[in-house]
Amino acid sequence: MATVPDAAVPVAAARREGVLAWMARNPTIVLGSAILVLLAIAAVLAPWLADDPLSFEPINRLKRPSETFWFGTDQFGRDVYSRVVYGARISLVVGICVAALATALGLALGILCGYYRRVDAILMRVMDGMMAIPSILLAIALITLMKASLFIVIVAITIPEIPRVVRLVRSVVLSVRAQPYIEAAVASGTRGMRIMVRHILPNTIAPLIVQATYVCASAILTEAGLSFLGAGTPPEIPSWGNVISIGRTFFQIAPWIIFFPGVFLAITVLAINLVGDGLRDTLDPRIARRM
Amino acid sequence: MTAYIVRRLLATIPVMAVVALFVFFLLHLTPGDPAAVIAGDDATPAEIEGVRHKLGLDRPIYEQFGIYVGNLLRGELGTSIFSNLPVIALVKQRLEPSVVLAVSTLLVAVVFAIPMGVIAAWKARTAIDRIVMGFSVLGFAVPVFLVGYLLIYLFAIELRWLPVQGYKPLAQGVGQTLRSVVLPAFALGMVYMALIARITRASVLEVLSEDYIRTAHAKGVATRSVLLRHALKNAAVPIVTVIGIGFALLISGVVITETVFNIPGLGRLTVDAILKRDYPIIQGLIILFAAVKVIVNLMIDISYTFFDPRIRY
Repeated sequence: MATVPDAAVPVAAARREGVLAWMARNPTIVLGSAILVLLAIAAVLAPWLADDPLSFEPINRLKRPSETFWFGTDQFGRDVYSRVVYGARISLVVGICVAALATALGLALGILCGYYRRVDAILMRVMDGMMAIPSILLAIALITLMKASLFIVIVAITIPEIPRVVRLVRSVVLSVRAQPYIEAAVASGTRGMRIMVRHILPNTIAPLIVQATYVCASAILTEAGLSFLGAGTPPEIPSWGNVISIGRTFFQIAPWIIFFPGVFLAITVLAINLVGDGLRDTLDPRIARRM
Repeated sequence: MTAYIVRRLLATIPVMAVVALFVFFLLHLTPGDPAAVIAGDDATPAEIEGVRHKLGLDRPIYEQFGIYVGNLLRGELGTSIFSNLPVIALVKQRLEPSVVLAVSTLLVAVVFAIPMGVIAAWKARTAIDRIVMGFSVLGFAVPVFLVGYLLIYLFAIELRWLPVQGYKPLAQGVGQTLRSVVLPAFALGMVYMALIARITRASVLEVLSEDYIRTAHAKGVATRSVLLRHALKNAAVPIVTVIGIGFALLISGVVITETVFNIPGLGRLTVDAILKRDYPIIQGLIILFAAVKVIVNLMIDISYTFFDPRIRY
């Protein structure tokens, strides 16, 4: 994470060698993005692709997967397929919001830490303490103290993700600060704010993008885990974790209630990680060569 | 060395102080009335007052803080709102299954992942390497509850080799205990294996390009010995570091795994506390888990000197 190449490298490379050639060289990014695009389309078009995820028909309780109920039904006779399609909305919203919030806040704090010694000493101690708390427990504590809502879940998952982003940004800032061109800028009287925005900020972008994908994947897993434990998204909202949580009681006779949302969850996280790994390899060739 | 250990021990004090402060202010800085939220939607004003009194929220904040810090320094983690039992007593009742699960998971992960990583590095860019790396990528993505339920379905319901759920205490025989933790340990160990295998491969691969490895080969040392004695030992520091980083995953994973497998450990204590909104229990568990994590990281830092004598403090 020392010096960081320009964030525009893959774009520029694509322009030079043609999009198709670039895609052929980065199959993981292409595969991961394709899966994510399909999921996003399904999430947006959910009202047209699926039936009402909340409507329940007691006659159709615990039906096996069939032509009418592709993924079977749960113990209330709700269609698992519809709930899984609507669940994609929650997972993607949580993943994207947490990634955006955690990177934005982590970036701001990380730059402050890297640039101002005094802020650094205090903030890094706070971050060390926060990192000692297992993230799922921190989220559980926040959720226990507040009324359950999707917003609270997003905030509760974001807070424990921040310290790692701060550490990353701080390490980049510290290494960039030692570069001669920063010294030159300081010597020629450039103000601190301008140095940060014009010279330091651009260097953090490439590693931040990579980190954001991992935060996104981890947030989606945490949301599912919290909902599974009953401390996440309110049960009336069909999220994958909630669907799995409902399936717990009748797991032995109706495993499909857990299986389908579980597989969707795994595929989503896999796709995000593929994009992340691919971006890491193109944006930071030094690591790529070693792996 | 002793000076270093003392210094590292002292450095854990501010970390734990921040954890304690954080947990205290979480209760006071959250918007809304925590007493009302904890008491639940159907609570009467009197019940809300009762919760407020039990949490000490009716006292001035400096007094609350004094009591809280005093209790912590005496090793008291608070009292459950509902059962009125000290959190420490509740933790003691539930400790054994969680420790057994965590230790078995760690063993399973290390025993499987390190050979996988070493072989992948040795056979780098071959089919074996691709399979190990593929497994590693998959291991990061598949949530522990999916692995858990798939394992239960396959080995307990279809094949009937192992119990479906539950935990047999050590007092009833070690064999029975092991049988009851095999599936949970593998389910929880999956992420861990992925993490350790990946870092083992990367770190052994790096060592394999060193001159002394070529020398060892040249003087006729057997491949097995080169890999284990020369390569793995020199690659140990990053591997041990990642085991420490992964310990956080392990703690979060224990909570979920215990719910999947119906194991009456600390994870179940957490989940019961969530359902009853018993904040003091969650608060106590956070401090406890954070302390365990800090101690594990401390032990790992100290272990570096053992793996790499070049590191001196």
